[in-house]
Amino acid sequence: MSNFIGDWHALLVLVVAGFLPNEVWRMLGLWFGGGVDEGSELLVWVRAVATAILAGVIAQILVLPPGALASVPDGLRYGAVAAGFAVFMLTRRSIFAGVVGGEAVMLAGKWWLG
Amino acid sequence: MVRWPLTLPPLDSTSWQSPLRAFAWGLRSVASTVLTLVLFATYLGIGALAHDSHFSLGWVLASTALVWAGPAQIILISTLGSGATVVQAAIAVTVSAIRLFPMVVSVLPMMRTPQTKRRHLVLATHFIAVTLWVECFRLFPHVPRERRIAFTHGLGIGLCLVCLCATTLGYGLAARLPPLLGAAILLLTPLAFLLSTARNCRQLSDILALVLGLALFPLVSLLHTGVDILISGITAGTIAYGVHWWRERA
Repeated sequence: MSNFIGDWHALLVLVVAGFLPNEVWRMLGLWFGGGVDEGSELLVWVRAVATAILAGVIAQILVLPPGALASVPDGLRYGAVAAGFAVFMLTRRSIFAGVVGGEAVMLAGKWWLG
Repeated sequence: MVRWPLTLPPLDSTSWQSPLRAFAWGLRSVASTVLTLVLFATYLGIGALAHDSHFSLGWVLASTALVWAGPAQIILISTLGSGATVVQAAIAVTVSAIRLFPMVVSVLPMMRTPQTKRRHLVLATHFIAVTLWVECFRLFPHVPRERRIAFTHGLGIGLCLVCLCATTLGYGLAARLPPLLGAAILLLTPLAFLLSTARNCRQLSDILALVLGLALFPLVSLLHTGVDILISGITAGTIAYGVHWWRERA
């Protein structure tokens, strides 16, 4: 057990810094979302903010890349995602084709740059 | 390969009469979306990242089941792994998790019936993260309202099992993963999130929020506030809503 999970301290860190920060927002949504109507204007705003925050996470991974992604040059990272989006639009919005297209451009570019 | 066609039974079919069968349909729907594949790849990356950051396998598996949000797990592992304090990591994760609140608020009304008690929704609420949120909007019109909670439980547990397998596999592969493959796995996350969000855009405000959110973050991040994502997200989302409101008026 102790080797599998780590010590109790590691598990406590997971609960305090991982589990609770996420669960608190979910449960707040459960608690306060009750009276909100499906088609209401508030939800249009709320969905726009959720979408924009997710867009921020996407931009963060691209602009300030973690780990191994940092070894890919900036231009190639942006180019690969732009290519993936172009493929997505050209294939009548196929997520699969877009992801494969973007990855292919990244791998080809990296191979070409050496 | 591009899409596994899964046709849910018609709304008036007898197979919706038992909650257990609705649960089973939810479980089977896991195989109907390319997002499952994307989720698999994302968690492959998370397992690998946890291994390289010296976390135990049990710890990262517990994080997949308990945290259940890819971006939050990536932030948690990379901040703790790079020597941040627990408080700093908790703040970063809390900020990234704010987006769960509007997701929950927008999905739950579609699961509620007049008989639904709040406690019936607790487990379904735990499963809400970006993939489940997108899939709920896609699949719920084909699921009778009174079976949507059971259906969500099946979908959530199915996706979670897939991710636990992927986490284990990624953790095990990490030592053997060449850097190029590692970069390719990490690029899957933004690509998949971008395209699935773009596909899910239903009205002008959604499209504007996506575009403005992408454009604004790099600018706001120059301020190094520590809550950059929150600032750019609320600003971009509110501008997008403002345009929507103005056009409705006009």
